[in-house]
Amino acid sequence: MSKENKDKKEVRVGVFICHCGSNIGGIINCKKLADYAGTFPNVAHSEDNLYTCSETGLSSIKNAIKEHNLNRVVVASCTPRTHEPLFRECISEAGLNQYLFNFVNIRDQCTWVHMKDPEGAYRKAVDLVRMGVAKAEKLEPLDTINIKINPSALVIGGGVAGMSAALNLSKQGFKTYLVEKEDKLGGRLNSLYKLFPYDIEASEFVGKIISNVQNAKNLEILTSSKVKSIDGFVGNFEIEIDQNGISKNLDVGAIIVAVGSSSLDPVGLFSYDGKKRISQLELEAKLKNNEISAKDIVMIQCVGSRNDDRPYCSSVCCMSAIKNALIIKEMNSNTHVTILFRDLYTPGTEYEEYYRKAREQGIIFVKYDVEKMPVVEENNIKVYNEYIGSEMVIPYDLLVLSTPLVANADNKELAQMLKVPTEANGFFLEAHVKLRPSDFATDGVYIGGSAKWPVDIAESITQGYSAASRASTILSHKEIEVEGATSYLPEFNKNLCTGCEVCIKVCPFHAIIKNEDDEIEIIEALCKGCGVCGATCTNQAIVIRHFTDEQIISEIYACGGQ
Amino acid sequence: MSFEPKLLGFLCNWCSYAGADLAGVSRIQYPPNMRVIRVMCSGRVEPKFIIQALQLGLDGVYVMGCHIGDCHYLEGNYEAVRKFEMTKKFLSLIGLENRIRLDWVSASEGQRFSEFVTKFVNDIKEIGPSPLSGDNPDNNLLDKLKAIKMAASSNRMRALVGRERKITEEANVYGERYPQEKFDELMNQAIKDEFERHHILLALEKYSKSVKDIAKELDIDPSIVLEHMLVLKARSQVDFGEIIENTPIFIRI
Repeated sequence: MSKENKDKKEVRVGVFICHCGSNIGGIINCKKLADYAGTFPNVAHSEDNLYTCSETGLSSIKNAIKEHNLNRVVVASCTPRTHEPLFRECISEAGLNQYLFNFVNIRDQCTWVHMKDPEGAYRKAVDLVRMGVAKAEKLEPLDTINIKINPSALVIGGGVAGMSAALNLSKQGFKTYLVEKEDKLGGRLNSLYKLFPYDIEASEFVGKIISNVQNAKNLEILTSSKVKSIDGFVGNFEIEIDQNGISKNLDVGAIIVAVGSSSLDPVGLFSYDGKKRISQLELEAKLKNNEISAKDIVMIQCVGSRNDDRPYCSSVCCMSAIKNALIIKEMNSNTHVTILFRDLYTPGTEYEEYYRKAREQGIIFVKYDVEKMPVVEENNIKVYNEYIGSEMVIPYDLLVLSTPLVANADNKELAQMLKVPTEANGFFLEAHVKLRPSDFATDGVYIGGSAKWPVDIAESITQGYSAASRASTILSHKEIEVEGATSYLPEFNKNLCTGCEVCIKVCPFHAIIKNEDDEIEIIEALCKGCGVCGATCTNQAIVIRHFTDEQIISEIYACGGQ
Repeated sequence: MSFEPKLLGFLCNWCSYAGADLAGVSRIQYPPNMRVIRVMCSGRVEPKFIIQALQLGLDGVYVMGCHIGDCHYLEGNYEAVRKFEMTKKFLSLIGLENRIRLDWVSASEGQRFSEFVTKFVNDIKEIGPSPLSGDNPDNNLLDKLKAIKMAASSNRMRALVGRERKITEEANVYGERYPQEKFDELMNQAIKDEFERHHILLALEKYSKSVKDIAKELDIDPSIVLEHMLVLKARSQVDFGEIIENTPIFIRI
């Protein structure tokens, strides 16, 4: 930014009213509006343009800045949500700090919505421009903050999602640390027999991935390791790892959470005993060791899920049950397999095919009603069959309970270290379910796999890659620029701060801390500029840049002025 | 000419401002009575902004943010609710509470945005112009509103509202949570007290007065005024000026 402008005392605002073809100009008189704006105090120049965002419009802004010595620019046109960056760049090319620009929305929020009331639209536009100028007068030049990026990553969790993410990042050339709390990589895959829908041996599949990970360049594996503490922010995280009691420090630029999930033990449900009545996961082990001798196998779905305690669908259990039922049938086609389900979830092209195959193989599917839960007796199960409308008695010598994947018990602890949220069930919560599915709201921290919600192997791999790709958008830069419109505690306001710490509590990004000198400190690199701390600060010491009290109150005055 | 209210809207950048833009893109028509101030988050909207707008004679103030749970800044709108509710309680002391409104509009709800604005315009038309608008504003009411602005910006009220969520939603170290109803009681009393105290301070701005004078002028029970004077004295906001016939005359510091 030019220092000259910073020191300039006299405010000289330039106002540019855009016709946007006929979008604005067809409803209100832009020339009249520009002329009127020219009479506002501190407005040194005003004009109307057919398209202010066009090459001609932009160069007329640049010329006017030079010619009229403008140090604030107001454009009244469409919406800052699409065009603010363009005009900011334009004025900074003309030597002004980009934050000395203010946008007035007279198209999307005026002429487009008041087409049938041109006079009302004009009156509103006049007010909006007056308010825009009033704010512009108070604008201050701001610096954007540059953060250096350490091109390395930490992946927490050595399951299939974490390994996929780590492989991907290391192949891109980023130094990657893969931390696994168990003594070997593989995660959930280590306890599975075969994978659907291809009936691949899980051990063979995971073996290949593990050997890729072990042979990868730039990839350091830390097994029997737990994250002990996390400090810092995007590009500059300081991690402390505990490996078998030995402490280790890592510096990384990004973090991927791929800690997976746990399987619910069906203790206390449907007479579970771990022998004759086992969980689906225990069945995997029995299949692996070829220990199945039962002739009448019944599986119950949604055991402990989709209820008040765990309202969610675990998403993998239907396919696991169908897969294992088919494997059992293949081993011995005389074995009877019945699956009691509430609703069957076999989405996509392949899984539905799998379900049909199971039907063809003679696996019986019985839909039960949550109001009339199956009753487990010593050798029979009584279940009300919704389809035939009467109770069935099914004999069994092995009962398999499909329990959901649940959030790891230590998620909360990790979430606190990472300063990221978990949802009601304890799974990690992404920044936005659709718009930012692999990100956390905290910059530089990403998520993939069953840590977020239960997903199958293919989805875990996809999400692992997705998280890695999101992390690389940061890691591939030497420096990143973050928004300069942050909150701050000005030197001259420090005496106002009472140290009440309310700001620390309301900051969703943990950008405010009490430093070693026992003073409130705002880490501007972490601040997103929401302004909640400033609005809350009990003694009004915190200032929100670009949305200061003074600026907002000027707008209010300009609105109430007439 | 029929009454055309002038309204001010505070719209959060990510949801409601975007929703307002979408109403434009979809060409959904609504009355042009509301001017908009864009803020990054509804949690930025301080009580004093809303009160200032009413003080200037605007007929109504709308605060709009992202739906609960959808806040771009995670929980800013939760903070917005608390501040807004406090403002509303203050304004209900002087009958202006119907002139402010808080609603959630997402970026995809252009229709909802226009319906809300239309409804607010119609509702305000029904209530009529603000008693603080026009050339002859109700000065008595204006004074009370000024007192409310001072009270709402006071350290005590900001501290209370700023801590409200922490106090009522989280348990303390002993696992105890302060019930919302009890907090509301405390808040309501604080609102009443701070309004009266700041009204007293305002009344003392030009002339020094006795408790009796103040009680009569502001129509507050003298014993309550006396209690307030003691608090204000302890806060070093008032002091004894002189004593006339055993009656202390208070001055504003």
